[in-house]
Amino acid sequence: MVDQKKKTLFNLFISFIRIGAFTWGGGYAMVPLIQKELVDKKQLISDEDFITGLSVAQGLPGAIAINTACYFGQRVAGFPGMLTAVLGSVLPSFLIILMAATFLFHFGDHELVQHFFRGATPAIVALIACGIVSIGKKALKKRIDLVLAVVLFTLVLIFRFHPLWIVLLGAFTGLWRKS
Amino acid sequence: MDRSLGCIHRFMEEKLIFFQLFLSFFRIGCFAFGGGAAALPLIQKEIVDTYQWLTTEQFVDLITLSELTPGPIAINSATFVGYKVGGVMGAFIATGAFCLPSIVLVMMVTNFLRVFEENAMVQRVLKGLRPSVIALMSLAGLSIAQNGMRDWFALGLGVASFFLVSKKWIDPILMLLLAGIAGILYYR
Repeated sequence: MVDQKKKTLFNLFISFIRIGAFTWGGGYAMVPLIQKELVDKKQLISDEDFITGLSVAQGLPGAIAINTACYFGQRVAGFPGMLTAVLGSVLPSFLIILMAATFLFHFGDHELVQHFFRGATPAIVALIACGIVSIGKKALKKRIDLVLAVVLFTLVLIFRFHPLWIVLLGAFTGLWRKS
Repeated sequence: MDRSLGCIHRFMEEKLIFFQLFLSFFRIGCFAFGGGAAALPLIQKEIVDTYQWLTTEQFVDLITLSELTPGPIAINSATFVGYKVGGVMGAFIATGAFCLPSIVLVMMVTNFLRVFEENAMVQRVLKGLRPSVIALMSLAGLSIAQNGMRDWFALGLGVASFFLVSKKWIDPILMLLLAGIAGILYYR
């Protein structure tokens, strides 16, 4: 029993190290990776819960990546799971920044590194797009949801609403609508 | 006597730095609504304006570095500033302080949800949040695309990766690595 628990935590740690190491370009790039690792591959999280987790992560302050790690860690293995997931997702960037700080930025000046990331950026966008499509299929089942998503997107893109407003507006329209 | 007083003084000063690091990154973690990118002005205010731990130039360097390394930008800056100000211990304290509000708040929310999951109002709010999730993810994708997909090669690579990953023909992580290698070959 104890071994089983330790094994779950260890797997969670490895999963989130992988996720943390490949989160380039902000927290949302991590969403498809989490989906693949925890929902598709290991089936530790249901589709429903995955979407709830993202909503919670967005509604709270803090980095999206950390909030999602907290939520899914907690869902999979309680409080120890939460700490494990946060530790795993932070560790890669923590170590790399320590290295970069010690060697004074020369890492970023490197042309090879820059070209690598220039090539990887379109793939990051593609990953986020995949996430939007696969989550959208499950989250926006009614036409009104799709319309709302487009309206909220317009508000944030063109009218420069703060993301917090988008979250609050979503919550209010949810309350207001009769299910 | 004087020397020992100096020692104590230095000791207190060292501890004070750790305390300040903790407080300022805890504050950033508490008020960074809308993810790490939204935290940037907050981080700038705390570490450049208030405490002057970094110059504006160093801060811009830090953002560039963050774009070239994995991890959320807020975590990267916490680690970097913490290290500059207080060594490895400082890095540890700053990063931990930034994560702490997330840990506490998510714990509260998951406990709340466990009790009230069946509640109709909670269900409605959760359903209402779904369009917000999609809207904010789209915004994140679009802003990265605006910065990073400026030529035909990048566009083609993006479209190709989208098909390969959405058809599940290729693992997302492998796709990132392959696209990076394609970047090295093409832009050289």
